[in-house]
Amino acid sequence: MSHLAPTLLAFFTPRSGGSPNADEINTLYKITLVIALVIFIAFEGGLGYTLWRYRARKGAVPHQTHGNTRLEVAWTLAAAVVLIGLAVVTFTKLAAIQDPSNSGPNGDRVIAESGDESGVLYASNERKLPPNGKSLNITVIGKQFIWQYVYPGSGERDGLGAPYSYEEMVVPTETTVTLDIVSQDVVHSWWIPELGGKFMAVPGYHNYTWFKIPKPGIYRGQCAALCGRGHARMIATVKAVPPAQFDAWLAYQKQELKEANAEAAVERAKLNAQTGPARVENP
Amino acid sequence: MATYAAPVPQVAAHHVEHDPSEKGQQGWTSWITTTDHKRIGIMYMVLTFMFFCLGGVEALIMRLQLGAPNNTLVSPETYNQLFTMHGSTMVFLFVVPAFAGLANYFVPLMIGARDMAYPRLNALSFWLLLAGGIVFYASLFWNPPEAGWSSYAPLSSAIYSPSGGQDAWIYLIHLTGISSIVGAINFYATIANMRARGMSWGRLPLFIWGILTYSVLIIFAMPVIAGAVTMLLTDRHFGTHFFDPSEGGSALLWQHLFWFFGHPEVYIMVLPGFGLISEILPVFARKPIFGYKAIAASTVAIAFLGFLTWAHHMFTTPTPEVILVFVMLSSFLIAVPTGVKMLNWVATLWAGAIEFKTPLLFCIGFLALFVIGGISGVFLAVFPVDWQLNETYFVVAHIHFVLMGGSVFTIFAAIYYWYPKITGRMLDERLGKLSFHLMFWGFLATFLIQHVIGLDGMPRRVYEYDNVGHLALYNQISTVGAFILGTGVVTTIINAWRSLKHGVIAGSDPWKANTLEWFTSSPPPVNNFDVIPLVRSVEPMKDIRREVQRRSSGAVVAGGATVPAGATQVGA
Repeated sequence: MSHLAPTLLAFFTPRSGGSPNADEINTLYKITLVIALVIFIAFEGGLGYTLWRYRARKGAVPHQTHGNTRLEVAWTLAAAVVLIGLAVVTFTKLAAIQDPSNSGPNGDRVIAESGDESGVLYASNERKLPPNGKSLNITVIGKQFIWQYVYPGSGERDGLGAPYSYEEMVVPTETTVTLDIVSQDVVHSWWIPELGGKFMAVPGYHNYTWFKIPKPGIYRGQCAALCGRGHARMIATVKAVPPAQFDAWLAYQKQELKEANAEAAVERAKLNAQTGPARVENP
Repeated sequence: MATYAAPVPQVAAHHVEHDPSEKGQQGWTSWITTTDHKRIGIMYMVLTFMFFCLGGVEALIMRLQLGAPNNTLVSPETYNQLFTMHGSTMVFLFVVPAFAGLANYFVPLMIGARDMAYPRLNALSFWLLLAGGIVFYASLFWNPPEAGWSSYAPLSSAIYSPSGGQDAWIYLIHLTGISSIVGAINFYATIANMRARGMSWGRLPLFIWGILTYSVLIIFAMPVIAGAVTMLLTDRHFGTHFFDPSEGGSALLWQHLFWFFGHPEVYIMVLPGFGLISEILPVFARKPIFGYKAIAASTVAIAFLGFLTWAHHMFTTPTPEVILVFVMLSSFLIAVPTGVKMLNWVATLWAGAIEFKTPLLFCIGFLALFVIGGISGVFLAVFPVDWQLNETYFVVAHIHFVLMGGSVFTIFAAIYYWYPKITGRMLDERLGKLSFHLMFWGFLATFLIQHVIGLDGMPRRVYEYDNVGHLALYNQISTVGAFILGTGVVTTIINAWRSLKHGVIAGSDPWKANTLEWFTSSPPPVNNFDVIPLVRSVEPMKDIRREVQRRSSGAVVAGGATVPAGATQVGA
C-alpha cells in the first residue's frame, strides 16, 4: 500500500527526478492536473446528471428557454479566471525551469574554476548560463541516426580536436551542464525525460537547455522528432559519474584522441611517400 | 382572408415522380455529369468514407505492429509510410471533405435555396478531391511518402526523401486544396446571397455558421500551405533552397508556414462539427439551443483566434521566449469560447426531455470525449509542460480525442440524423446503438491509455519500443481498443448499406426537427422546395407547425387528405 500512491502518481505524471528543471516541470504539471481533474469531474458529472435527470419520461415537459445571459457571462468569466491563474503559476515557475543554477559545492572543480571551456563565442540572447557563468558546456550534434557529444577541451583555435563520444554522454554529478543542441542533417529532438524537456535540433540553428544531476546514475532517452527510418532507434543515454571520475574519463578521451591522431598522421605520411599527397587527400 | 373552407394544410411536399424521359438523369453516367448539390453531396460522403476506411486500415496495421515490444510485423520504412498515409488521408481526404459533403447536401436546404451558388464549380470541387486521392494513393504502387503528414524540412527535401512519394503528397495538398478553396468560395457565396426571405444573419442555423467560418478559414489558410508545398516542390526539383540551411534557407520556415495553415486547419476540422451538435441536441432535448448568440459569436471568435496560436506546435524549436509566452496566452484565450460552447450544450440538455436516439448518443459521446481533448490541450499549451509532452503519445491522445472523439463523432451523429432525409429511410436503431457503444468504449480503450504512454516517455512515430516499464501492457490495451473501435465503424457502414433497402420509411420529418431541410420530402425533389417558406425565427419548422395547427384547429380532415405544401401560403 505504501508504494501505491507514488505508483499512482507516476501513472499520471511525466518522468522526472534527474535534474531540478525536470522536477519543476513535474510540479507545474501536477498543479495543472489538479485544475484539470476538477474541471473534468465537474463537467462529466454535470453531463451525466443532466442525462439521467432529464431523460424523457411520461409527462415530462421540456423547459423552452433560449438562454440566460447572466449565467453565460458568469461562466465565461470563470473560465477566463482559471486560465489566468494557470498562466500566473506558469510564470512563477518559468525561471526555475529555464535558468540554470550554479554548480553544487561538490561539483566538478575544474569546471568551477574555468567554466565554459569550449572557446567558441555564441551571440545569442537565448543561451542561458548560471549566475556565476560557469558550466560544463557540451555540444549535442544530432545526425541520422546517432547523437554525438562534443566536450570542452579542444587544443585548436577552430575548436577541432575536442574530445567527443557517441550515444552515451558522460557528465559529472552536482555540476551544471549546459547543452548546445545542433543538427548535421535533418530535424532531430534531444530528449532525456528525467532530465527535463525536449529541444529540437534544427540544422542551421542552435538550441539550448541545461541540467544538473545530483547523484550518479544512468538516464535514458531517445530522439523525439521524426528524422527518417532509424528514428525509433536513435537512443541517447546520460551517465552521471562523480566529478573526479569524469575528469579522469575526459583526460583519457583527450589522450586517446591525441594518440589516434598521431597514428593517423604517421599513416598519412607513409601513404604520401608512396602515392603523392593528392591521391591521399582525394581518393 | 379566406372566404371558403380551404383544404387542411399539412407539412409535406408531395412526391415528385421521376420522368423516365428526363434526359441526363438516369443511370450511373448521370452521376458523372451532375451538378445537383444533393448528388454531389452523396458522392462526397461515399468517397470520404472509403478514404476513412483506408486510413483506418493503416491505423490498425500500426496498432498491430505496436501491440508488442520490438515487434517485426512491418519494417521501419513501411511503418513511417503508414503513419504518413494515415494522417494525410484522415485530414485531407476524410474530415475536411466529409464536412464539405454534408454542407453540399444541406446548406442549400437549410437556407431555403434550390442549389449552390455555383453548381458546376461545385462538381469541380468533388472531381478535384477524387483526383487528389487517386494521385496520393497511386504512390502505393511505387514509394509512398514517409515524412509524416507534416513533412518537415529537411527530411522532406530531395536529399533525404528522394522517392516520388513526397511529390505525391505535394500533389495531394494542391488538388484537395483547390477543391476545398473552390468549395469554400461556393459555400460563402451561397450563404451570403441565397438565404430564404426572412432568414437574417441572426436566424442562420448554427450549422450554417459553422460552414461559414469553415469556408473563411479555408480561404485564408489553404493558400499558405499551397505556397509552402510549392516551395518544397521547387526545392526538391527546380534548384531553389527555401528550406535548405546549407544554402541560406531555413528549416524553421517550413514549420512556420505549415503550422500557420495547420492550426486553422484543425478549426476547419471541428467548427462544422460544433455546428452539427448545435443542430442535433435541441431536436432530441426537445428544447431550443441554449445561448444561440453566444454559440454563433464564439464560433467566429475561435475562427479568428485560431490564426494567432500556430506556434504552440513549435514550443520545442529555437524560438524567442516572448513568442512562446504570447502563444501560450493566445492558446489559453481560445479555450474560453470553446469551453463556453460545451457549457451551452449541456445547458441545452438541462431541463429538456431527452430522447436517447442514436444521433443523440453520438452527440453525448462527443461531449464526453471532446472535453478530455480540450483539457489535454490546456496541458500542452503550458509550454514548459509541453517540453515534456510534445511529440509523445500524449499528443497523439490529444489529437484523437479532439479529432475522433470530436469531429468524427459529430459526423456520425449527422449521418444518423440526416440519413433519413437523404435516402428516405431510417437507419436501424439497434445497429446504431451497437455501433455507438463499440465506437465509444473502443475509442476510450484505444486512446485514454495513450496519455500515460506519452507521460512514460514513448515518443510518437516510432515503429517499435523496448519492453520497459508497463509500455507493453499499455500498448496492448490500445491495440485491442483499436479493433473494437474499427468494428463499431464497420457496424455503421453495414447499417447504412442494409437500411437502403430494409430501413423504415422515414417521411419528411421523422425527428420533428427545427430547420428547413425537414420541410421537404425525403429525399427532396430536384428543385428542393415547391415553395420556399418565409422564415420568421431560427427554428422555422416550429413556426410552420404552429401555423399549420392554428389554421387547422377545428377543421375536420376527411379521409386524411393531403395537400401539397406548395399550395399552402405559409406566412406569405
